[in-house]
Amino acid sequence: MSGRIEVNGTWRDVSSEPDTPLLYVLRDELALNGAKYGCGLGQCGACTVLVDDEAVFSCVTPLAMVEGRRITTLEGLGSAASPGPIQQAFIEEQAAQCGFCIPGMIMRTAALLRKEAHPGEAEIRKALHPNLCRCGTHMRILRAAVKAAKA
Amino acid sequence: MRRAFGLPAATAATAALALLTLGSCATGDRAPLAGLEAPPAPRAFDAALVKRGEALAAIGNCRTCHTAAVGRAFAGGLPLETPFGTIYSTNITPDPQTGIGRWSEEAFRRAMREGVDRGGHHLYPAFPYDRFTLVTDEDDRAIYAYLMTRPPVESRPPANRIRFPFNVRAFIGAWKALYFKPGPYRADPAHDAAWNRGAYLAEGLGHCSSCHTPRNALGAERADRHFDGGEAEGWHAYAINARSNAPVPWTVDALRAYLQRGWHPQHGVSRGPMAPVTHELAMANDADVRDMARYVVALMDGRRGPAAERAAQAPGDGSAGARLYESACVQCHDGARPLPFGGIPLARSIGVAGESPRNLANVILYGLPAADAATAPIMPGYAGAMTDAQVVGLSRWMRARLTDKPPWEDLERVVAQARRAGPEGAQSVAGGAGLDPARMGDSR
Repeated sequence: MSGRIEVNGTWRDVSSEPDTPLLYVLRDELALNGAKYGCGLGQCGACTVLVDDEAVFSCVTPLAMVEGRRITTLEGLGSAASPGPIQQAFIEEQAAQCGFCIPGMIMRTAALLRKEAHPGEAEIRKALHPNLCRCGTHMRILRAAVKAAKA
Repeated sequence: MRRAFGLPAATAATAALALLTLGSCATGDRAPLAGLEAPPAPRAFDAALVKRGEALAAIGNCRTCHTAAVGRAFAGGLPLETPFGTIYSTNITPDPQTGIGRWSEEAFRRAMREGVDRGGHHLYPAFPYDRFTLVTDEDDRAIYAYLMTRPPVESRPPANRIRFPFNVRAFIGAWKALYFKPGPYRADPAHDAAWNRGAYLAEGLGHCSSCHTPRNALGAERADRHFDGGEAEGWHAYAINARSNAPVPWTVDALRAYLQRGWHPQHGVSRGPMAPVTHELAMANDADVRDMARYVVALMDGRRGPAAERAAQAPGDGSAGARLYESACVQCHDGARPLPFGGIPLARSIGVAGESPRNLANVILYGLPAADAATAPIMPGYAGAMTDAQVVGLSRWMRARLTDKPPWEDLERVVAQARRAGPEGAQSVAGGAGLDPARMGDSR
């Protein structure tokens, strides 16, 4: 079995079974480890990536659902050496404690900013609602997202 | 935002103008009733009466409409969107200025029975007095006692925004003259006491038909299609009579358990506007819920759906719908996992077998969000990952393979409609008022 998906601007042929969660394809087959496995139930948001421009839980999204579509992961927004504007805002606000939720928070923010360039705080709160942080760094995450939205 | 009475506004407006013309002989306002000097002291009410009122108010689902999304219990302010405009629920706490603190029991009973406020003005039938009129004086007394012993909340709901001509008072009078039959429930001697109790509660205070019966262009229930299925707030309320499409026939025990718990292993979960209904019914008297279940199941009697185990064998046919079903749905819906981590096999789901695809589209797109402070079923939504074409393909495939029903004719339109409506409807579900004492109106 194989499928074709566009990941961070490059078309990739993948050989995973069609019912393989996109998260596993990204991490295990393509070695893109930005998206994290949190709950595996689409309830925590650590696995969030963009499909076209929409934020999705990649842990419950089978490969068959996204064949031929455009996927953006954390790696697609920038690198450690050259972080993108949202990543830069999260670094400046030191929004991470353990950091496990941060890729999802950043991707959820990216999805919002693609729809609405300068959202207000209420919109940001609403957009980030599906993503959980267990360390309690919500206020820093919110500040980072607000900063990114103003950039 | 809540939406009700899904009717084209233009149709309604045309019909309304005709009715206004016709209704020049409309019934006018009623006489105002004197206000109490001050709200009665809570201790003026018998504790047993208050307790009975609490159980009855749960059947009436008062709290759900009369509590805003961020607000205190019974303080009103929840918007109800209708084709006629937006109506905000009123404050029914005993606050003397903004609530019903100065309402006598007689004024309360008159509102329930005749649909007028204490000042004698007609109320919009968004308050289902067309159903509450059946409630006995005795039960109204208990509900009044319960409401008047809730903590008073000073809160004035926003003003209604009703479009012309519906904002003309005479319009409601004309509407009532046409569609409203006041009077308490009259027992049917052909049936036993339990049946009559069930009918009284389901048809009256429970106001099941407010959602489960289709409405005409003026928002009145169509008596000729009682319980044939209707619309509420962007969801379909399924037929609950002999037209029921439930794949697994309902039994009294199953419906009773479903109404009290919000789910049943053979039928799945209550969702959309039904979620707060079942949340409330958990607080109703068991015997009352049993009698309602018995009455409704009797109406559905004789319904036999397709074999419930079709799903297990549904073989893949290589179509896009089959691939989505096999890769996204079946891992949780194979019947092997307990709630909240597994769903029922979809061949047992009325979402797939029902008369409208709206609820299936809502759930595929927006899932079942986790409830606050309550254990409840969950499902992730696929609005981000799935295109409309994929939702249509999957729904069509499930309908063809898992049911013996004809294809839905309006599937594409309904999926697009659910997409446009957004996730708000899904987010207001599961868990109802939750366990927050402020939202429960609990004075303890």
